[in-house]
Amino acid sequence: MTLALQIRHRFDGFELEVEVTSPPGVTVLFGPSGSGKTTLVNAVAGLLRPDAGRVAVGDWVLLDTAARRFLPPHRRRIGYIFQEGRLFPHLTVRQNLAYGRWFAPRNARPESQERVVDMLGIGHLLSRRPGALSGGEKQRVAIGRALLSAPRLILADEPLAALDEARKAEILPYFERLRDEVTVPILYVSHSSAEVARLATTVVALKGGKVAAIGPPGQVLGDVGAVGARSLASVLTARVMAHHTDGLSELDSAAGMLLLPRIAAATGATVRVRIAAHDVILSRTMPKGLSALNVLTGTIADIRPGQGPGALVVLTVGSERLTARVTRRAVAALDLAPGQVCHAVLKSVAVAPEDVGGAKAGCGAPLPDPLPL
Amino acid sequence: MWDGPAGWLGPAEWEAVRLSARVALWATLVSLPFGILVAHVLARREFPGKQVLNGLVHLPLILPPVVTGYLLLLALGRRGPVGQWLEAWFGIVVAFRWTGAVVAAAVMAFPLMVRAIRLAIEAVDPKLEQAAGTLGASRLWVFLTVTLPLILPGIIAGAILAFAKAIGEFGATITFVSNIPGQTQTMPLAIYAFLQVPGGQEAAARLATVAIVIAMAALLLSEFIARRVARMVGGR
Repeated sequence: MTLALQIRHRFDGFELEVEVTSPPGVTVLFGPSGSGKTTLVNAVAGLLRPDAGRVAVGDWVLLDTAARRFLPPHRRRIGYIFQEGRLFPHLTVRQNLAYGRWFAPRNARPESQERVVDMLGIGHLLSRRPGALSGGEKQRVAIGRALLSAPRLILADEPLAALDEARKAEILPYFERLRDEVTVPILYVSHSSAEVARLATTVVALKGGKVAAIGPPGQVLGDVGAVGARSLASVLTARVMAHHTDGLSELDSAAGMLLLPRIAAATGATVRVRIAAHDVILSRTMPKGLSALNVLTGTIADIRPGQGPGALVVLTVGSERLTARVTRRAVAALDLAPGQVCHAVLKSVAVAPEDVGGAKAGCGAPLPDPLPL
Repeated sequence: MWDGPAGWLGPAEWEAVRLSARVALWATLVSLPFGILVAHVLARREFPGKQVLNGLVHLPLILPPVVTGYLLLLALGRRGPVGQWLEAWFGIVVAFRWTGAVVAAAVMAFPLMVRAIRLAIEAVDPKLEQAAGTLGASRLWVFLTVTLPLILPGIIAGAILAFAKAIGEFGATITFVSNIPGQTQTMPLAIYAFLQVPGGQEAAARLATVAIVIAMAALLLSEFIARRVARMVGGR
């Protein structure tokens, strides 16, 4: 089911004007704080009444100011996953999970509780109260609670932001399973480009209340105008070929072979690998005597000097695109120019476990469009 | 009927104790729903006149009790506007009846009850109520399934506080419904009456003992229940 958002809202000198239609799967709203993410999410959830707009999931219209339709939050059938879990402290995990189902319409068919409990691995927690759960466990229960309320849309508002790195790594795979095993569309808010690369089917980059870019993660994360130089990254689709005994995993991508620190996926699985643009080193000659294990050879497609000392160099490697962020001085020193053959060097350990995740929804193919240059 | 203390207490004293307990119980039970409602409105809603309502609720706490009793008499007496209306439409007369003592006790205890419950409501994270809303619960259901269980310790504390206050109410009661043995002569009024007559010292002392015992028991009970409930509600 497609998600159609059209919101216009003005407050405190800030103007939000967003129009997005996104295909099924996970739509990630990506942007820094103050870009309008929260306002947008509140408008979808019904916690805010925008000046004008329309929100629809398939033919389920939640809001249509032109038709004077405004469903109150409790009738929107949104499975809201909050940053802080917000479990009910006086209820057990089992009762928390059952809470939403109780209010779901009779004809709604929620997921089976058994399946959700199994998927989230919370079976051993059912008779406990939230006070006795860890942060990661709480968030898993919160996901289950939202899922079991038979929602027509799942809304996740920075669900990992309050967790430490280890907990993030624990929860992310559950969101991947959610994406791959649940048909309900998911609207996911994040300011982490790693989460975007792993989860998104579609990325909506917000900037100052406007949509700066929309598209698959590889495309949007490679758009410096949309996400800024710091978040700039390439997203490669790769197959896990082997797990070596020295702790490295070998992956095969359209850009070439990659050696990365041991990843969680099994041999044969397809994963997405996010490579931050500032982690890529460029060399005109085939480098020798380097500790870095990954060298991908391609041709320079484009060079874009930035405002400051930096420049972006976009390489075509096989059928993939890889963006490197280097200094303008280096571009001049190496005399880089479009069309040249160039080698991209990547340290294995520069790719963190959270940069690699299961890939299923809409990312099996190379990017459909060239980067917007 | 159990007549243990009735043997120790004289019949008039025993009657005063029973009347006091009945008045305080009714005063607490009748005002509890209103107390929860007013506390919720004061804690969660913004509306013009909120400070006026807040002041009105707290007025009996600061006014001399005699003034509160006098105002009740003016409003609820047989010639008072509310009193006339009550009698004409419902046949209810409260002036100089034990029901009037209930009204006086309830009004005097109300601010204490509202305060305790309001504090409990303010301690509930509104984000939890919001979460319940997104899960499909209407406002009423959110209140019944989330807010109410979470404020239960506060409600119990407020109710017991109100009960203790109602048992001890003196000034407003004696002004509003006078001191009629068997009708409106609650324990404090009886103690006062005994102290006015020669040889009443002993009866007054016995009633004072009962008052101390009830007050202590109420306090301990409220601590005990509040702790149990808090563990049940917030526990692990």
